[in-house]
Amino acid sequence: MATETLTIGKALNTGLRRAMERDDKVILMGEDIGKLGGVFRITDGLQKDFGEERVIDTPLAEAGIVGTAIGLALRGYRPVCEIQFDGFVYPAYDQIVCQVAKFRYRSRGNVTLPMVIRIPFGGGIGAVEHHSESPEAYFAHTAGLKVVSCSSPEDAHFMIQQAIASDDPVIFFEPKRRYWEKGPVDTSLGLDAAAPLHSSRVVRPGTDATIVAYGPMVKTSLDAATAAAEDGRSLEVIDLRSLSPLDMGPVYDSVRRTGRLVVVHEAPGNIGLGAEISARVTEECFYSLEAPVLRVTGYNTPYPASRLEEEYLPDLDRVLDAVDRSFGW
Amino acid sequence: MTKGEPAPRRSGATRAGRSGGTPPEPEYVQLLTPSGERVNHPEYSVDFTAEELRGLYRDLVTVRKLDTEATALQRQGELGIWASLLGQEAAQVGAGRAMRTQDMAFPTYREHGVLYTRGIDPIMPLSLFRGVDQGGWDPVANKFNLYTIVIGAQTLHATGYAMGVAKDGKVGTDDGEAVIAFFGDGATSQGDVNEAFIWSSVFHAPIVFFCQNNQYAISEPLERQTRIPIYQRAAGFGFPGVRVDGNDVLAVYAVTRAALDNARLGQGPTLIEAYTYRMGAHTTSDDPTRYRVSSEVEAWQAKDPIARLKALLVKEKAAGEDFFKQVDEDARIEAVSLRERVLSMPDPDHSQIFDHVYAEGSPLVDAERKQFEAYMASFEGGH
Ligand SMILES: Cc1ncc(C[n+]2csc(CCOP(=O)(O)OP(=O)(O)O)c2C)c(N)n1
Repeated sequence: MATETLTIGKALNTGLRRAMERDDKVILMGEDIGKLGGVFRITDGLQKDFGEERVIDTPLAEAGIVGTAIGLALRGYRPVCEIQFDGFVYPAYDQIVCQVAKFRYRSRGNVTLPMVIRIPFGGGIGAVEHHSESPEAYFAHTAGLKVVSCSSPEDAHFMIQQAIASDDPVIFFEPKRRYWEKGPVDTSLGLDAAAPLHSSRVVRPGTDATIVAYGPMVKTSLDAATAAAEDGRSLEVIDLRSLSPLDMGPVYDSVRRTGRLVVVHEAPGNIGLGAEISARVTEECFYSLEAPVLRVTGYNTPYPASRLEEEYLPDLDRVLDAVDRSFGW
Repeated sequence: MTKGEPAPRRSGATRAGRSGGTPPEPEYVQLLTPSGERVNHPEYSVDFTAEELRGLYRDLVTVRKLDTEATALQRQGELGIWASLLGQEAAQVGAGRAMRTQDMAFPTYREHGVLYTRGIDPIMPLSLFRGVDQGGWDPVANKFNLYTIVIGAQTLHATGYAMGVAKDGKVGTDDGEAVIAFFGDGATSQGDVNEAFIWSSVFHAPIVFFCQNNQYAISEPLERQTRIPIYQRAAGFGFPGVRVDGNDVLAVYAVTRAALDNARLGQGPTLIEAYTYRMGAHTTSDDPTRYRVSSEVEAWQAKDPIARLKALLVKEKAAGEDFFKQVDEDARIEAVSLRERVLSMPDPDHSQIFDHVYAEGSPLVDAERKQFEAYMASFEGGH
């Protein structure tokens, strides 16, 4: 055992380091990831230790980052791309959706693209526009991509290594406003000790209602569960972890016990992940449901100016309000 | 301001500028050395009166003072972030003053100096940096587009706008319109910027691409974006490129004025590379000590754009101590006013979240607005 207390940011850093030690084909690419260590310092020290050949400060062009990563992957490398902020992935959208996602299918399985695209996502950091977005549904909607999001230091450390080890392309969403949250990580453990990458997980057991969340909203949901407990309500919180494929088993099990489900995400609700989860739960658990599945999400507007984000973002009160509505049904 | 003669069509190469005894400078157009000596250039010149020179000096000082004030406001938590133009005053004032009334600018997030010289109230972009809104001004009425944070995107918008100018028949005469797109050295790597070069060339758009090469894109030095001088890229796209000493307000003015006039007269695009230096951090969130050495910053300090114009004014007896004092005092007063207006800027009303999503409205947004208002009302009187 070598349990350390790490922030999510540091746990990603140690995870990247492990992956680079394990496989010298792993290379990192992105804007400002070298000397600066990335604007969030996730790659801090890695260029110093692994050299400029493996930690590459790229020209300022996201389509270029992802497009050349495809070529490097074809050549046997395992590129890990950093997109500086969620709102800057769109110049690479064509490369991701038309190329990354479809290469294997088009080559009838002759090639796989073992690449990872890391994206710090979500709001709550008081940033200017394009720095607080939640674009995960665009990618989860696209066949051929796997999409995950971590919510704790432990998951950050292991999931990034699993994503890099995966032969499929993985879009890896990092909850940027939680980068500084701390938690225990046993960095001596190998990947076999970690939960599978594409599994969801009960992070707080409960009996009265189920909350499903991922990324930054896991903490919000856990805080809501703590507050609800004071009012005598026991909420079960599930961290989805994988957004594509979805691991619905633990969600169905939970809803069959509680009869109530609230899905929470920062992204706008319209045609979002919450809708998919709601549809599946309705199909699988119809007779167990005591109330319709409710969603607590960002509003269906562009992400607003930062002085409005507190109202825009789902918070503890909005989660509890939805729980109340579920019980009031 | 007087106007420099529109330059004849050029092949793309420019002649060497002279430097005032400092280490070899890159080839660029320079009309004023760092020590304040005038330089003759075969193609470019200015014939400013003493009053006009004083006006430029006032611009430079004011723009720097307002910028310093904004940085201080961010440090005190009054702005969420600030992208300082420190060191780039001459590039921005020169380009801004070179524009004619009818010309349209497409800025990045750093063009506070251009904005100021367009006669726009410097408070205008501060709501964006304070987090009150996302700019919110009318880009067309101001002839100054919204600040654009997504690197390079505005160069295509500028190109399209310029294509519209041409379609409207507003080129070919002295009162024709020209468009100027601002971007950084980092932006030159973006597909959008390269596409803008192609489109403007193919459609012969009345546009000037004004690249402030401040040597860095956040932490990445210029060499990460290009192996040839940026201005030389223009040749491959089929229009002239010229490099100018970006810390020399006279040269920037002359070169930009000529390029804009060429555009308005129907001679198509020009790429200007204003060779300058970002003296401060990329933004207030950045820590440049991680990627550059202070000796480099000090070397550029010696090329300060304000000091050299001041030296010229003194040398040519165009201004005295009283004037310089007065300018400082006036700039200070403007900065105080800016501060006061930032501090008294009201927070946005919550319902602004739902405003202006669609021109024709949306049942979904309308329904959410109602739910939101009911939800907020539920807190009144204790929840
Ligand atoms: C498409 C996109 N990718 C990344 C960023 C993050 N970013 C903001 S400024 C910047 C560097 C810009 O450098 P440059 O174009 O040289 O302009 P400067 O800031 O130096 O004026 C980066 C990478 C962004 N805003 N947009």
